[in-house]
Amino acid sequence: MSDILVSEQSKPGADGSGRPSGRLLEVEDLRVEFRTRDGVAKVINGVTYHVDAGETLAVLGESGSGKSVTAQTVMGILDTPPGFVTGGQVRFHGKDMLTMSAEERRRIRGEGIAMIFQDALSALNPVFTVGFQIAEQFRIRRGLSRADAKKRAIEMLDQVKIPNAKGRFSNYPHQFSGGMRQRAMIAMSLALDPEVLIADEPTTALDVTVQAQIMDLLAELQRERQMGLILITHDLGVVADVADRIAVMYAGRIVEEANVYDLYAKPAHPYTMGLIDSIPRMDERGQQLRTIKGLPPNLMNIPPGCPFNPRCPMAQPVCQEKLPPLLQIGADRASACHFAEDLVNRD
Amino acid sequence: MGRYLLRRLLQLVPVFIGTTFLIYWLVWSVPGDPFAGKCGDRRCPDSYINFMTEKYQLDQSIWVQYATYMKNLFQGDFGITFNNRAVGDIIATAYPNTLKLAVVALAIEAIIGLSAGVLTGLRRNGFLDNLVLVSTLFLIALPVFVVGFVLQWLLGVKWGIVHPTVSNEMRLSELLLPGFVLGSASMAYVARVARTSIAENRRADYVRTAIAKGLPMRRVVGVHLLRNSLIPVVTLLGTDLGALMGGAIVTEGIFGINGIGRAVLRAIVTKESATVVSIVVVLVLVYLLMNLLVDLLYAALDPRIRYE
Repeated sequence: MSDILVSEQSKPGADGSGRPSGRLLEVEDLRVEFRTRDGVAKVINGVTYHVDAGETLAVLGESGSGKSVTAQTVMGILDTPPGFVTGGQVRFHGKDMLTMSAEERRRIRGEGIAMIFQDALSALNPVFTVGFQIAEQFRIRRGLSRADAKKRAIEMLDQVKIPNAKGRFSNYPHQFSGGMRQRAMIAMSLALDPEVLIADEPTTALDVTVQAQIMDLLAELQRERQMGLILITHDLGVVADVADRIAVMYAGRIVEEANVYDLYAKPAHPYTMGLIDSIPRMDERGQQLRTIKGLPPNLMNIPPGCPFNPRCPMAQPVCQEKLPPLLQIGADRASACHFAEDLVNRD
Repeated sequence: MGRYLLRRLLQLVPVFIGTTFLIYWLVWSVPGDPFAGKCGDRRCPDSYINFMTEKYQLDQSIWVQYATYMKNLFQGDFGITFNNRAVGDIIATAYPNTLKLAVVALAIEAIIGLSAGVLTGLRRNGFLDNLVLVSTLFLIALPVFVVGFVLQWLLGVKWGIVHPTVSNEMRLSELLLPGFVLGSASMAYVARVARTSIAENRRADYVRTAIAKGLPMRRVVGVHLLRNSLIPVVTLLGTDLGALMGGAIVTEGIFGINGIGRAVLRAIVTKESATVVSIVVVLVLVYLLMNLLVDLLYAALDPRIRYE
């Protein structure tokens, strides 16, 4: 079976040469640590993923798995200190952004890669109108006049289906409802027509009906504009309808990557299995919810071997000794489990 | 907004009456004889004392005196001193000087304090940060007369960089040193408040958003970060302007500025009750209006605050 094991790291363009591989955005063996007074937390330990135009990649993981930190590093908005990139590349159109000048990088933000944040209320500036914050980009980045920028901003508000966009232009964020605020946030991030959109838990702060509306809107805009969309979430339910591929993160690593159908049908990592099992089900009403036992590892002291082994129901002695690399299994999926083959081939 | 303003203005009425009466009563109860020493070494002649007592109603009860005073005040008459000088004149001569000094002090507070605060808030724990922290600690700890006399002696006398006192023309160049002395403590507070505020907001989500939008750093800091961080600083400056306009007895004294602070001090010493009360009445009014202005400014800076 070893002949089909192809390491992610040996794919073309992944040799660190920065040779264009035709991918839109690639994260390659990214490593980030947080240096705090209490010690060094290894938050990202070799994350590799990519997204192409018109494609939706969902990054799934629990709090502290490193999904947001990866996105912040891609965006170049990681708080340094305490966060430091210690290795890897983030390539946009084949060019490593981590070695670019600050000015070059700034130009990519908004136009090349844009981001939507989780809590739109705190992510929008409370003392400026929503319209100002959208129009600002047209004025500063595109050099448009105030009047033209306003016109374009109202168009953007219209596109994200905010009713009475013209009247809403001069409202402040606190005068918007939660759903409308997130729509405004989306309008702002799409203003400069980015090629990649990173949505960091865009619906977490919203109630369920509004969540669905926002996800539909995002999916629609992504299709229209043929953007690459990276959807960061901890909610398996959100992901199922919109994602093409899913990358599952645990302790700063990708532990499994697959298309949506394969992942749900036959997870190739015990952690993914645990996540899917813990979705509440209608046919099990009244029973206790299933959980994954134990807690995520302390990132200052990640256990040797597979970081999931203390919580894993299938753990064997080898799991405490050897860190399983993320290996291709089959055509379009990868898993970082010693027993991935067994999991996929089971009935 | 209109209702709020009206309510605030109406609130001024009882506060105004209360403070004026309190001041009147305090000055009235100060022991001593206003005519002692008025006539050189000798005791003043009875005819003079009787004349003055009647003219100023000194034998009347405090209620009558206060009522008469208020009646005249509403007719625009601040009263006259025992030396037959109109109190309104004294205020008109002294107050512009105080205002000039206050404006210079406020400008120094705002410019130096804010710049120091913003720079150190952005780069904490550097050399500049420590320098500002230590120097502001000194300025806050030292009484104004120490700062005043030391700087006057060093800059004005020993090194001769500036004129040690202020002439009657009140030139701007002469006012810089007194303005600095007067504003020094508040400047230190402004620097510290601005530093904390900037440092706090620097990691705010909306600053991260502004960076993620690809805005240039100077716009992220100068527009998004500064506007939010200014709110507490402006409040501080506004309240301070009210205090500065109340005159600066010590600073005016050190630099020989003929301002309202010295005028009121002289009036207290010579028991010119009409002068004391009139000046204080003006100061109270100015202070109340300044406070109202700060509250309105606060709402203008932070749209989340609305008055109704």
